[in-house]
Amino acid sequence: MKKTMTGHKAVAEAMRQIEPDVVAVYPITPQSEIAEYYAQYVADGIVHTELVPVESEHSAMSACVGAAAAGARVMTATASQGLALMIEIVYIAASMRLPIVMALANRALSGPINIHCDHSDAYLARDAGVVHIFAESAQEAYDWMIMAQRIAEHERVHLPVVVNLDGFTLTHSVQVVEPLPDEQVKEFVGEFKPMYPLLDVDNPSTWGPFAMPDYYFELKRAQAAAMEEVPAVFLEVQRAYRELSGRNYGGFFEGYRLEDAERAIVVMGSTAGTAKVVVDELRAKGEKVGLLKVWLWRPFPKEEIVKALSHVSKVAVLDRAFSFGGMGALYLDVTSAFVHQDQRPQFVNYIYGLGGRDTTTEQLAQVFGELKTAQPGELRYIGLRE
Amino acid sequence: MPELKTWKELPIGGVIPGGATPELNKTGSWRSQRPVWDSEKCIHCLQCWLHCPDDSILIVDQKVTGIDYEHCKGCGVCAGVCPVDAIEMVPERGEG
Amino acid sequence: MPSIKVLAQREEAQVRFTAGHSLCAGCAEPMIVRTVLNAIEDPVVVANATGCLEVATSRYPTSAWNVPWIHSAFENAAATIAGVEAAYKALKRIGKIKKRIRFVAFGGDGGTYDIGLQALSGALERGHDFLYVVLNNEAYMNTGVQRSSATPRCASATTSPAGKAIPGKPQDRKDLTEIVAAHHVPYVAQASVSHLIDLANKVERAMSYEGPKLINVLSTCPLGWRTRRDSAISMAKLAVDTCYWPLYEVVEGVYKVNYKPKEKLPIEEWLKPQGRFRHLFKSEDGKKLIAELQAAVDRHWEELLRKERCTQEA
Repeated sequence: MKKTMTGHKAVAEAMRQIEPDVVAVYPITPQSEIAEYYAQYVADGIVHTELVPVESEHSAMSACVGAAAAGARVMTATASQGLALMIEIVYIAASMRLPIVMALANRALSGPINIHCDHSDAYLARDAGVVHIFAESAQEAYDWMIMAQRIAEHERVHLPVVVNLDGFTLTHSVQVVEPLPDEQVKEFVGEFKPMYPLLDVDNPSTWGPFAMPDYYFELKRAQAAAMEEVPAVFLEVQRAYRELSGRNYGGFFEGYRLEDAERAIVVMGSTAGTAKVVVDELRAKGEKVGLLKVWLWRPFPKEEIVKALSHVSKVAVLDRAFSFGGMGALYLDVTSAFVHQDQRPQFVNYIYGLGGRDTTTEQLAQVFGELKTAQPGELRYIGLRE
Repeated sequence: MPELKTWKELPIGGVIPGGATPELNKTGSWRSQRPVWDSEKCIHCLQCWLHCPDDSILIVDQKVTGIDYEHCKGCGVCAGVCPVDAIEMVPERGEG
Repeated sequence: MPSIKVLAQREEAQVRFTAGHSLCAGCAEPMIVRTVLNAIEDPVVVANATGCLEVATSRYPTSAWNVPWIHSAFENAAATIAGVEAAYKALKRIGKIKKRIRFVAFGGDGGTYDIGLQALSGALERGHDFLYVVLNNEAYMNTGVQRSSATPRCASATTSPAGKAIPGKPQDRKDLTEIVAAHHVPYVAQASVSHLIDLANKVERAMSYEGPKLINVLSTCPLGWRTRRDSAISMAKLAVDTCYWPLYEVVEGVYKVNYKPKEKLPIEEWLKPQGRFRHLFKSEDGKKLIAELQAAVDRHWEELLRKERCTQEA
């Protein structure tokens, strides 16, 4: 049944239906309402979850680590500075192979302090060893939270998964979401089977060791191997969800009118929605344009990206954060995928939408226009007063 | 320490399953002096056992039976707390 | 009250903390850990902050822990154990776990007084059911004897060294035990490695309460304090006998001083054997500082006795 709800409600609903054992969470705009909704579920006794209202995000992720290692199913949410504060523990959680699912309400990193959307927080956690998925809409945020639980807990994966949803744009706007029935979600995520749980006191294990140069490298290589398992598991879980929900999820990204496109935009998050409108408008005028909307950002599906974009002449890769001193992170991901290919597009990098700056249909149409004459390898901006 | 394992052989997440591994770190090699226990003088008060940092005072049915020389680091605390001087620290090798 | 025989019996049945770790010969920390773990009857899960204990007992692929044990970072032992405890509560609630399991966190003074204070305070305020044991050796020992807020005034530490212009740490140490008491937790105490049976009794008493408990244990570091290798017990005993480190409990707000020395030794007895205070014995200024340190010890001791009188009257 279709309902109207904000992005955070959608995330909180998914969490309620998954019903984790522990949620350790600290408020920060624009995520706070996720915690608030969940706290109300707990206060009303409709979930068995132990809610831990910690005193900082660093403690939120630390408590999540303790709870997950103990053998509980654990979820949390944060944004921006909160992610930055907890980042050392995010790396640690990944190294400990803990399947914590975290909603990240994408918000700009300070300074200056800004509470609105951009992807600098996600970019900070790019190399943490967590799986990154981006949602275009509240519906996608809801769906991805549920799929994330199964991807995270898959026995070949066992990694934290971050579901990125644009702060304010998705978290606070009211959209149409069609949730699944409670029992279907429960059945889809199944039982959590922890590995070496601390609470199994008859079989003690030692978590979080000290590793010298003789072992650190091997331990990290083993961790990387888990990331290598993600793409196949991602597709498997996605297929199962597609069957269950009827919603059209297929692949690591969504190609929109891309098959015969001459010019394309690559983007993550809610701006993809705007871009789809622009693609349709330009197509109606006979322009062969298309869109590639990334779902799975880490691990980066470079082979499939190459297959999807090889035929395109000119590609604008949109980054919603600076990677100061270099090209945008998504741009680097996409272009490096092509580095040894004979057939490759010309690429331009656009930085856009920082600190909640809106990106309009006119501006995206302009990007498609600029692609015709832009210098390859250029770094440009959308909507910046220059 | 045993032979170093390859990455494929390592349990998940850096976890060391199965509890303690005292046999993998035989710290007795650290010693420059060793405790010698006099079973005649000993009154089995267990002060040495209580204080040993390396769990190297061997006991059976709460009575001292000897020293775990594979792990004892020779700190001398046991000799210091013994109320009846039943433990003497002597040089590990050669003259004192 | 667990007697030494009871502790021994328990360890014979299950060695929770074994030999085969790389802590220094004569280190007080493993003495404390063994006693704490043997003083708890129920199964235990341990969280450990980064520090000497953690590093020396978990060098991959070795471990000295026969209890479930987790280290994640330096400043979050309390938050980590809070998560474990929350998981236990949740799983117990839905019948997935039936046993009674207890939760213990070990942290050094660095990981507790300083960088870990926030996580500790939060866990105390939220009322998690756990025991936090501070292994207080009065500096960041594992990284090379840098000063912490537990380092006593005038101690020479590597980031507050005794030099020509400044005679060691200028500040008084923080009173963590009182900070924890101010959180109104059911049980907080000070203990010492020199009085392990007293420590065992305190652990047992603490564990008879639900909720957050903390025991701040003075833990001699012969290396960092520059004393003899075998001096862990004798040094800590001097700390107690000079009333520098009183043994006391605050049980539901009521103070109880466990040990009042018949003969209170002058603070000099505590300072003299330690290389970290050696500079105080080399000058007239040093003599003055010793007198100030004595006055401070006396003041704190009197204050503690007053708190005892006043809370016991009520």
